[in-house]
Amino acid sequence: MKKKVLTVDDSRTIRNMLLVTLNNAGFETIQAEDGIEGLEVLEDANPDVIVTDINMPRLDGFGFIEGVRRNEKFRAIPILVLTTESDAEKKNRARQAGATGWIVKPFDPTKLIDAIERVTA
Amino acid sequence: MDMNEIKEIFFQECEEQLAELESGLLRLNDGDRDPETVNAVFRAVHSIKGGAGAFGLDDLVSFAHVFETTLDCVRSNKLAPSQDVLKVMLKSADVLADLTNVARDGGSFDQARSTQLIRELEALAKGEAPPAAPAGEPAAPKAAAAKSAPVAAAAPAEPAANEHGFMPVAFSFDDFGGDDVEAVSELPAYEIAFKPKSDLYTKGNEATLLLRDLSRLGEMSIHCNMDSLPPLDQMEPETAYFSWKISLKTDKGEDAVRQVFEFAEWDCDLDVIAVDAGESVDDAESDQAMQPVPFDLSALDDEPDAPLGVIEEEEQAAAAQERDATVAAAQMASNVVQMAGNAARAGAGDKAAAAAAQNTAQQAAAAPTIRVDLDRVDRLINLVGELVINQAMLSQSVIENDSNGVSSINMGLEELQQLTREIQDSVMAIRAQPVKPVFQRMARTVREIADITGKSVRLVTEGENTEVDKTVIDKLAEPLTHMIRNAVDHGLETPEKRLAAGKSAEGTVKLTAKHRSGRIVIELSDDGAGINREKVRQKAIDNDLIAADANLSDEEIDNMIFHAGFSTADKVSDLSGRGVGMDVVKRSIQALGGRINISSKPGHGSVFTMSLPLTLAVLDGMVVTVAGQTLVVPLTAIVETLQPDAAAIHSFGATQRLISIRNSFCPLVDVGRILNFRATQANPVEGVALLVESEGGGQRALMVDAIQGQRQVVIKSLEANYTHVPGIAAATILGDGRVALILDVDAVVSASRGQSLHLEASLAAAG
Repeated sequence: MKKKVLTVDDSRTIRNMLLVTLNNAGFETIQAEDGIEGLEVLEDANPDVIVTDINMPRLDGFGFIEGVRRNEKFRAIPILVLTTESDAEKKNRARQAGATGWIVKPFDPTKLIDAIERVTA
Repeated sequence: MDMNEIKEIFFQECEEQLAELESGLLRLNDGDRDPETVNAVFRAVHSIKGGAGAFGLDDLVSFAHVFETTLDCVRSNKLAPSQDVLKVMLKSADVLADLTNVARDGGSFDQARSTQLIRELEALAKGEAPPAAPAGEPAAPKAAAAKSAPVAAAAPAEPAANEHGFMPVAFSFDDFGGDDVEAVSELPAYEIAFKPKSDLYTKGNEATLLLRDLSRLGEMSIHCNMDSLPPLDQMEPETAYFSWKISLKTDKGEDAVRQVFEFAEWDCDLDVIAVDAGESVDDAESDQAMQPVPFDLSALDDEPDAPLGVIEEEEQAAAAQERDATVAAAQMASNVVQMAGNAARAGAGDKAAAAAAQNTAQQAAAAPTIRVDLDRVDRLINLVGELVINQAMLSQSVIENDSNGVSSINMGLEELQQLTREIQDSVMAIRAQPVKPVFQRMARTVREIADITGKSVRLVTEGENTEVDKTVIDKLAEPLTHMIRNAVDHGLETPEKRLAAGKSAEGTVKLTAKHRSGRIVIELSDDGAGINREKVRQKAIDNDLIAADANLSDEEIDNMIFHAGFSTADKVSDLSGRGVGMDVVKRSIQALGGRINISSKPGHGSVFTMSLPLTLAVLDGMVVTVAGQTLVVPLTAIVETLQPDAAAIHSFGATQRLISIRNSFCPLVDVGRILNFRATQANPVEGVALLVESEGGGQRALMVDAIQGQRQVVIKSLEANYTHVPGIAAATILGDGRVALILDVDAVVSASRGQSLHLEASLAAAG
């Protein structure tokens, strides 16, 4: 069965790149535009892994990760943070919020898929 | 979708982000201190940088990076968004826009300006930010910054081992150095001690997956230490009890080994020690605690991401008090399976509720929008245009065959007509867009010209959300830019002159948009010196545009600046008034079916008023007959229609005639003569006069032979096939299937002023 990835990113460009990359790699991809929408679609999407941006309107990545971790069903789901923030402080905050790992933008497709493979069985 | 399409989307998004950036900065400039505004501004730059990075647009990335760093200082309250700071930021936004354009369309950008702004931004960031901020090196390529940062982040704070309620297990390599590793391979060997903390699991990391990754690096043997595992009834389901000791032979290096634990390094105790290949100790006495556990990778794949940490309390209690660690582990595995079943059931139960919640959430969301390819909309508009024509033709043939007009067909047709009209309006509304983006671009123009001229200018915009057809918006930017440039450069005085005239040093340029009687009216006003009528008049005389003794109203003099003869820039720059290329502006506006005029008050400034159709696809027209031809006159141009009375007609010179309407005289223009439909002027008493308003504000009476009726017509451009036809704006297809020409009222009126249509045309070609 195809693995399902939920991506949360406010940039249309990045959303499209994720979609193409993930579909090419044989993943099923569900997309949300910000943290609020991410949490809204979470139950129905029922993903195997989540890839999220940090800087987003309405609800940012930190808040979104915390929201996912509060959900009994998804609190152990792997969450990868996809962001250009490469400095230690932001990575640390994402980690504290419950992120499993991170991918530094600009991502290349191989790295993205590698990271997803790393945190999923 | 391929990369090029995504790139196209990226640039579209850039445009939106740039608009967001600019409007945010302008709000900050106006004193807005809402953190969300700063966030939005930051996000805009951040987003551009992110996308640009993905496409390897290095110039864009490095500039955006510096910009972002400085914005981050504002966001974290390290830098106050003062006017000076915002000035630099607005300029940076302009450069960012330039860089985006260069990235999309090629060409070059102002390297010096960009470098200068990078320096200014860095200075701002440095001035207030802590010295460690990356502002010091942002000019360096982004890739370098991205690489160095994770290394900096790799120094984890060492949390107290006891905080999670377990005893740290000391891993001494002296105690169990590579017990069952056979040192036959020459590859470098590593001893890895890995003890996850509970946090590792709560963040969705999984020890088994890390071990799997590690095993891919080379030859590996694993020992699992289960010493800490308590009896099952005492087991905390969310606590990490196991630790591992791994012997690994790999040629990938220690970095690769550590890389595996990259995501987990804060949440585990990790020791990686390189062992010299030959030094491997044959340690026969195996440590009691370290039972070799067969590590079957295929088992991992069968049981994906089993959430080991989530076991229910009662299941624990029910479990037997098995001391044997292996049995406990087996038990745990079965619990996991059961737990997964529970989760699935819980999921099914909640499904209905979740679906309901989902619906509510969607309804609560703001009015949704979709992006549609413009081609599709245009296709739809074209089809609706055909539908309108078809409906009109159908109506006409029914009327011809059903003269008494009482049949049900006739009534049905009326409803169809109404529906068609509504469909048309709805389709047009799809293309309607607010003028906001164009207005925002003007803000930049004002800034740049103000900078160059050393004037202090404030741009006030009003009615930014007024909607108009996208084609109109697209074509509006160029003439508007031209006019804004003129307003600041020539309209506004220098601060010294302004102060001397008793005005504030800062000039104001105001741009407003509003809807008025089915058209959009855009006004551009300044509070400058106004037009110097003496100089304009003199120049017009010098250029043989008017006779030296011509008696012109102020209004007529003001409108001379739109004349082609005024477009020679070097001479006009001497003028304090306007004139640079205003004829070009006028032609652009006219090409859009619009009108433009100016009113000026010496010492108080000038107002340019443009009136444009809301759409370029349809117009309400009056269908008239001229010399046997059917013409359409745009209804918006017509003030009134009248049947001329012989007594009201006054001849004036050889060919000129005036008509007196309510005690004022108005030139009478025979449309048929102007368009060369006939050789001599028709008798005005036999025709109908259409009183029209020309762009100069003056009125003319256009004479036609008869009025056929009034209807909405679909505009079909002639220019693609026939180039510009003087006096004719476009064509349309009437209900009977015949083609009718749409009259270019302004061109006809100008022609009546003594210039022939062909002269206008040659000037247009020259421009």
